[in-house]
Amino acid sequence: MQQIPKEMFQPAVADVGEAEKLSKPSLSFWKDVSIRFRKNKLAMFGLILLILLVFMAIFGPYMTNYDYATNDLMNTNQPPSSKHWFGTDELGRDIFTRTWYGARISLFIGLAAALIDLVIGVLWGGIAGYRGGKTDEIMMRIADILYGVPYLLLVIILMVILGQGLGTMILAMTITGWVNMARIVRGQVLQLKNQEYVLAARTLGASTSRIMFKHLIPNAMGSILVTMTLTIPNAIFTEAFLSYLGLGVPQPLASWGTMASEGVQALQYYPWRLFFPATFICLTIFAFNVVGDGLRDALDPKLRK
Amino acid sequence: MSNLSGHILNKTAVKGEEGIWVFSAHIPSFPVKEHLQENGGAGNLLRYISKRLLYMLMSLFLIVTATFFLMRAAPGGPFSSEKQVPPEIEKNLNEYYGLDRPWYIQYVDYLVSVAKWDFGPSFKYKGQTVNDLINEGFPVSFFLGMESLFIAISVGILLGIIAALNHNKWQDYGAMVFAVLGISVPSFIMASVLQYFLAIKLGWFPVARWESLQHTVLPALALAATPTAFIARLTRSSMLEVLSNDYIRTAKAKGLSRRQITVKHAIRNAILPVVTYLGPLSAQILTGSFVIEKIFGIPGLGSHFVTSITNRDYTTIMGVTVFYSILLLLSVLLVDIAYGFIDPRIKLAGGKKGE
Repeated sequence: MQQIPKEMFQPAVADVGEAEKLSKPSLSFWKDVSIRFRKNKLAMFGLILLILLVFMAIFGPYMTNYDYATNDLMNTNQPPSSKHWFGTDELGRDIFTRTWYGARISLFIGLAAALIDLVIGVLWGGIAGYRGGKTDEIMMRIADILYGVPYLLLVIILMVILGQGLGTMILAMTITGWVNMARIVRGQVLQLKNQEYVLAARTLGASTSRIMFKHLIPNAMGSILVTMTLTIPNAIFTEAFLSYLGLGVPQPLASWGTMASEGVQALQYYPWRLFFPATFICLTIFAFNVVGDGLRDALDPKLRK
Repeated sequence: MSNLSGHILNKTAVKGEEGIWVFSAHIPSFPVKEHLQENGGAGNLLRYISKRLLYMLMSLFLIVTATFFLMRAAPGGPFSSEKQVPPEIEKNLNEYYGLDRPWYIQYVDYLVSVAKWDFGPSFKYKGQTVNDLINEGFPVSFFLGMESLFIAISVGILLGIIAALNHNKWQDYGAMVFAVLGISVPSFIMASVLQYFLAIKLGWFPVARWESLQHTVLPALALAATPTAFIARLTRSSMLEVLSNDYIRTAKAKGLSRRQITVKHAIRNAILPVVTYLGPLSAQILTGSFVIEKIFGIPGLGSHFVTSITNRDYTTIMGVTVFYSILLLLSVLLVDIAYGFIDPRIKLAGGKKGE
C-alpha cells in the first residue's frame, strides 16, 4: 500500500460565508410537492386526462344538436357515424351526448361522495383526535362499529329501501363512507397536536377551532387529499355496480354505469353501446388512481431526496 | 369501498416504489400488529380476539337492526304486490307470519331467529325459506369463490414476482398493464367481454350455466380478474422493497444462486402484505359473485340475491344480507388472526419467545 506523507495534506480554509450559503432555493411544502408531482409522468398524464374528462363533461353535451333524453325511434342502435359520433342506443338517443351527460352524473356522484365524506370525516376525526380521552374513546368506538358494517351490502339495502335516485345514492354511499376519512384525520391530528407550534398557538390563547382549522387540518391536508382522490373512483365504481344491479339512477338520466349495464345486454349486436361508456369509466378510474398514487408519492417525505 | 385505504395508506402503501393501488373492498381490518403495539406490545392474542369478537357482534347487531327497520320502512307490505287478496286471507297471512304483532315483538323475534340461524321465509316464493336458498345456493358460490381465490392468489403472486424480478423490463410493464386493466375495469364489463370473446366468439369455454368443471373456468377467471390485479401490484411493490434490503445483498455476497435468494429470502418476506389483503379480497370476491353469477347464469347465492333485489323480495334481501355480513366479518377476523400467527414479529410481541 502506498504511504501518504503528511506534507501532502493541506489545511482547508474555513469560510463561514460559504458554509452558510444556501445551495437550493427555499421551497414551501406545496411547491416541493408540486415539483415532485410534475416529475411523475404517469401522474401528470392522469391529471391531464382528468382535466380533459372534466372539460368534456362540461362542454361535451353542447357539442351536438341532440338532447340526452330525446328518443329518435327511426334511428335506433346506429353505429358510430359522422351524424352520431358514438352511435345511438336502443331508443335512438345520441350516445356521444349521453356519454358526456353521464360523465357529469358519474363525476358528480364521485365528487359529492368525496366532499361529504371529507366534511363529516374531518369534523369527526378532528374532534376525536384533538379532544382525546373519553370523547375520543366514544367517538372512535362508534366509528369502529360502523367500520365493521360491510359497505356494499349496506349501500344495496339502502338503495332498495330509499329508491333509485341521485340523492339517495350519494346518501347511501356516504352513510358509512366517512368513517375511513375520520380515522385518517384522527391519526394525523393525534400526531400533530403535540407539536410545538400547536402548543405555541394554545399558549397564545388561540381557540380550539382556530387551532383546528389553521394549524391541524392544513398540516393533515396531504393524507386528506390522497384519501379523497381515491374515494372518487370508488364511488364511480360503486355507481356502476349499483346500476348493474338495477339500482342506478332512474331513466332517462344517463350515468356511465347505467349506460354500460345497458350496453352489456346489447354487446353481441351493438358493441359500441358498451365500448364508449366502459372506456370512459376505465379511463376515469385509471386517471384518479394514478393521480392519487402520484400525490401520495409526492407528499411522502420518506421518498424525498 | 375504501376503508382499506386507511390502513394501507398509513402502513403498507408508503413502502415500495409506487405503493399500492388502493380502493375497492370497503372492509374493516384492525391489524393485529397495530393492536399489539398500541397495547405496549405485551397484549396477548386472546384478549385481542375477544375484543374483536365483541366489535364484530356489535357491528352485526347494527346490521340486523338496520335491515329490520329499513325493511319495515320499505314501501308497501309484503303482500301488496300480490293480486288482490281478500282481507280475511291477508289477515290470516299476517297472523301466520307474525306481522300483526307490535314491532318490538317482531324485532325481538327476528333477533332471536337470526341467533338461531333462521333467516325466515321468502315472501315471493311461497314455501321457500331464506335458509333453503342459502343451503342451495351457497355451496355453488363457495366453490366458485374458492376457485377464483386460488386463481387470484397464485396468478397474482406469480405475476408480481415476475414483474419485480424483471423490474423495468417488458415483463414488468406487461404485468402492470394487466394490473391496471384489472383494477380499472368494472367486473360486469370484464365478465361480459370475456364471455363474448372467449365463449361466444372463440368457443373455448361454455357460454353459461353450471354443469361441469369446464363451466366453472370462465366465471372463476372473470371473478378473479380484479383481485389478481390487486395482488400482483401488492406483491410487486413489496417484493421490490424486499429486494433492496441488505440481507438480500448479503445473500448475494455469500454466493447464493438467484433462485435460492428469490425463493428462500425474498418471496417469504414479500408475501406478508398479501396475507393482510385476504380479508378485503374475500369481500371483493363475494360482492363480485353477484354480478358474475348473474352474467353466467350460475345458480349460486349471489344470483339469488340479485334476483331478490330485482323482485324486491324484502325478507330474502334481509336474510341474505345478514348471512353475508356474518360471513364477511368472520373471514376478516380469521385473516387478522392468521396474520398474527404468520408474522413472527407479532409472535414475539405476543410474549411467546421464538420457537
